[in-house]
Amino acid sequence: MKKWQRSSGEEEGEGKVKGSEASTGIEMNVVSRDKVESMGSMEKLRFILDGVKSGNIVVLEGGLTAEEQMKLIELTMLEVDESFTGIEISGYPAKRGLLNLRRKTRLTIIGPAAKMKTIRKDKDLISAIISTT
Amino acid sequence: MEMSVRKRKRMRWALSKLITALFFRKKAVKIGIYGPPNAGKTTLANRIIHTFVDNNEDMGVATEIPHETRRVIKREGVLIDLRRRIMNSNRDRNRDRDRDRDYDPRPRGSRAKLMLDVVDTPGLATKIDFRDFMAYGLEEDEAKRRAKEATEGVIEAIKWLDDIDGVILLMDSTEDPYTQTNVVIIGNMEARGIPIIIAANKIDLPDATPQRIKNAFPQHRVVPVSALKGDNMEELYEEMAKVFR
Repeated sequence: MKKWQRSSGEEEGEGKVKGSEASTGIEMNVVSRDKVESMGSMEKLRFILDGVKSGNIVVLEGGLTAEEQMKLIELTMLEVDESFTGIEISGYPAKRGLLNLRRKTRLTIIGPAAKMKTIRKDKDLISAIISTT
Repeated sequence: MEMSVRKRKRMRWALSKLITALFFRKKAVKIGIYGPPNAGKTTLANRIIHTFVDNNEDMGVATEIPHETRRVIKREGVLIDLRRRIMNSNRDRNRDRDRDRDYDPRPRGSRAKLMLDVVDTPGLATKIDFRDFMAYGLEEDEAKRRAKEATEGVIEAIKWLDDIDGVILLMDSTEDPYTQTNVVIIGNMEARGIPIIIAANKIDLPDATPQRIKNAFPQHRVVPVSALKGDNMEELYEEMAKVFR
């Protein structure tokens, strides 16, 4: 079991970050805001679900809107079966943008429910346990 | 002479019915009861029906097993009439004070009236594992069937959001309210401009902390209730009449 916590110095950008236990670790895909914004809603959700179903943790800089998260839950339910039990999703809550009109999403982390469990969450901190077995 | 009195009475009755139909009849507001599994959604729906429709009518079955409600259940034409409720309750109270322990009439004497279609929805979840049902003693086949139905129930509950005029988001006040499911439901309601009331349920339990829910969602009205015991339900009904009108 390995505790995961977002550090303030985490680098921005897209890439694959391997855990320290390379052979038994969890693959983590950290996707940059540019990449997230370049994808359409369905493309984004498909990308996430494919990643998570493969056992990876997907971290989206910029995050998903509440509507996208709801759609993701819906898509996930279509794919739940005996081997894939669903997703664990956590994110910093959106902040109000200019003149309170636009909601600005910040970061969303999604992982397979069988491997990831959020243990604590508040508006600026997410603590999760990720099982490597 | 007697005929004319009877005729006048009948005409007055017909006229009052006509006026009521023309000016006071309102379209029912469709209210969805949403929340995570085991928050007490069906218990709340049953409580509303028992209070305003029929004490012997149930909307659904509530058990301790999660995802007991796996299909959306709708009950049309529920009239939330607080003035009548208070009058009836006071009458009952005078008749037999001990029988009406659940109800505490508010001194403010609300006149709120609201016609509702109550929609009880399956619990929203991001994961459903049939093995969790086996922990409640279900056979493997039954657990798998229930898990499959539960996933369909979640999808149906989400689809219903398009047809809902208002949401009561029910949370268990003994649990951490700051879950992503709760955040997502609130975010969606805000984005759609659908009014929402958060009901902090299970306040009858010793470890209930409704204040934690208030702290987590300070931008929304939180009403602490016990749907099972009926505690503080009048405040929720008044809030519903105010917010969903």
